[in-house]
Amino acid sequence: MLSGYFDHAAAAPLLPEAREAMQPFLGEDFGNPASLHRFGVRPRAAVDDARAQVAALINSRPDDIVFTASASESNNLAIKGFAQSRSDKGRHIVASAIEHVSVLEPLKSLGVRGFDVTLVPVDPDGVVHPDKLAAAIKTDTVLVSVMHANYEVGTIQNIKELAALARRYRVPFHSDGTAAVGRIPVDVTDLGVDAYSFPAMSVYGPKGAAALYLKRGTRIQPLIEGGFQEKNRRAGTEDIAAIAGFGAAAAVTRAKLPEWSAAMTGLSQRIFAELPKKLEHVTFTGPVPSGVRPEAMKEPAAARAKRLPGHVSVVVEFVEGEAMLLFLDDEGIAAASGSSCSAKTLKASHVLLAMGLPHTKAQSSLVLTMGKDTTDADVTLFLDKLPPIAARLREISPLYAKFKKGEDPYAMKPGETCEDEHE
Amino acid sequence: MYSEKVMEHFRNPRNVGEIDNPDGVGEVGNPVCGDMMTFYVKIDNGILTDVKFKTFGCGAAIAVSSMVSEMAKGKTVEEAMKISNADVAKELGGLPPNKLHCSNLGADALHKAIENYLAKKPGEEKKGCRCPYCDAPVEGSKICAPCQTQGRR
Repeated sequence: MLSGYFDHAAAAPLLPEAREAMQPFLGEDFGNPASLHRFGVRPRAAVDDARAQVAALINSRPDDIVFTASASESNNLAIKGFAQSRSDKGRHIVASAIEHVSVLEPLKSLGVRGFDVTLVPVDPDGVVHPDKLAAAIKTDTVLVSVMHANYEVGTIQNIKELAALARRYRVPFHSDGTAAVGRIPVDVTDLGVDAYSFPAMSVYGPKGAAALYLKRGTRIQPLIEGGFQEKNRRAGTEDIAAIAGFGAAAAVTRAKLPEWSAAMTGLSQRIFAELPKKLEHVTFTGPVPSGVRPEAMKEPAAARAKRLPGHVSVVVEFVEGEAMLLFLDDEGIAAASGSSCSAKTLKASHVLLAMGLPHTKAQSSLVLTMGKDTTDADVTLFLDKLPPIAARLREISPLYAKFKKGEDPYAMKPGETCEDEHE
Repeated sequence: MYSEKVMEHFRNPRNVGEIDNPDGVGEVGNPVCGDMMTFYVKIDNGILTDVKFKTFGCGAAIAVSSMVSEMAKGKTVEEAMKISNADVAKELGGLPPNKLHCSNLGADALHKAIENYLAKKPGEEKKGCRCPYCDAPVEGSKICAPCQTQGRR
C-alpha cells in the first residue's frame, strides 16, 4: 500500500475511477475524436465529458478548458502564448520569485528574445504582497503570473486580490494552480484570473493530462500548431485515455475534497504540534499555525497567510536534506528536500532563498506532501523515525560539532564568498 | 541512484569522529555550497595510524568520507597524498556524474589534513578565496577553472 508516502507533489496515486474511465481508450475505443465515422463517436464524447468534469471542478465553462500534456506545458503555453499574442502592446512580464521552473524558464527564454521580466519578492512566509506587485507593473506589462500555492513551502496566495489588482492595470493574470487544486477549493470565476494551470495528477488522475483554463475571449499564440484541436489552441490528436481519466478524477475530487482537506489538515497540524517536542533545532518554513513558531523566530509576516492542507516543510538544522531522505527511505518514508545535493541541478531551492532563508538552512530542508490516503499511522511513523535519523546524522555533522562547542557553525573562512556563485 | 557499496558506506560510515590532539586537521567545502568535510589525522613515523572525519553532506559525501578514511588508514604520508578523487570513486563502484565533486572533496580534505601536519602549524587558516569544491586558490571567479569546465557544480 501507500504507507509512508509523503511525496504527493511529485506523484499521486491514480484513482480507481480514473483507471476505469481510461480502459476503453487503451482498447477497442481507439478512434480519433476528429473522425466523422463511428470510431470517432465515443472518443469524442469522452473528451467532451472530461472537459465538462474538469470545468466543473474549477467552476469554469467547458469551452474555457484547453487540454495539454502537463502542468509544465500549461504554464509554458500561458507564458509564451500571452507574451507573443500581446507583444504589440508591450514586452514586460511580472511573476513572483517563487514560481515553478516551468514558469521561470519560459520567462528566461523570453528574456533572451527581448522581453523584460520583473520578479516580485516574497515575504519570509512566501507571501506576495499587493503593494509589491503594484510596484512591479509598468505601462508596457503584458502579463502577470503568480502561483496559487507553493509546492515547497505550502503558502497560499491571495489570488483574488492580486488578480483584481492586475485587472485595474488591464493586465491579464495567470496562476499556476498545480499545488492548490485537489487541496483547496478553486473557483476561477471568483478568483478573477484570465488563465489557470493544473495537472490531472493534482486530482489523482493520470500523468500525461493537464489543463489550462483560458477565460472566454482570451487570445493566445499556441505552442503547437497544425490542427484545429482544442479550438486551435493546442494541435495534435488528444490523449483520450489520459483525458478521460482526468475527467473522472476531477469528478471524484470535486465530491470528496472537503473531506480529504479536513483530514489532511488534521494530520499536518499533528506534525506542527509534535515534531518540535521530539526533535531539537527544527524550524518550519512557510505559514504555520499560531503558537507553532518558536518564540525566537519572528511572527508570521502576514497574519492572513494560509497554508495548504497536508503540507509540511521544515528545516532540520545541521543535517543535509538528501542524507535525511535516504535514511527515511530505508525506514519506508518517502519525502522531498530543497537541498542542492538532492536536486539534479545541485542548486539550493530558489523558493527558500527568495523567502530569505540562508543557503545553509536551505540545505537542511525537508518537504512532506500528504494525500487523501495518508493516515495517522503514517504521521506516527514519521514522528518516530525522523528524530533518530537526525540524531545519527548530527553525530557525523561537523556543523553540529561546532554548534555544541559554542562556535558559529555557519561562519565562512577568511576570504570565502561562494554564496553569490549560487544565485 | 547510488551503488550498493556507496549505500553501504553511507549507512555504516567508518571512522566517524574527531581525534583529540590530532597531528593534522583539514576542512574543505562549506555548508553554503552543500558539503563540508573535516578530516583529522594521527601520524607516527610517517604513517597514518588514525584517520577520522565529520561530514555535512549528501549520501555520496558521507560515503566518500568513509571510503577515504579507510583507504588512508595505515598508509604512509606519501601513499596517502597520492589517493586521488578518481581512486575514491572507483573504490566506491562509481558515483553519479553530478556527485563526482563529492569524491573530489574527500581526497582533498585528507590531503589538507596531511599538509596541515607537514606545515607543523595546526589550525592556521590559509588566506584568500578558495574554490568550494577542490579548495584550489582562485582569483576573480568563485570556482576554479577545472571544476567549472568539468561541470562539477
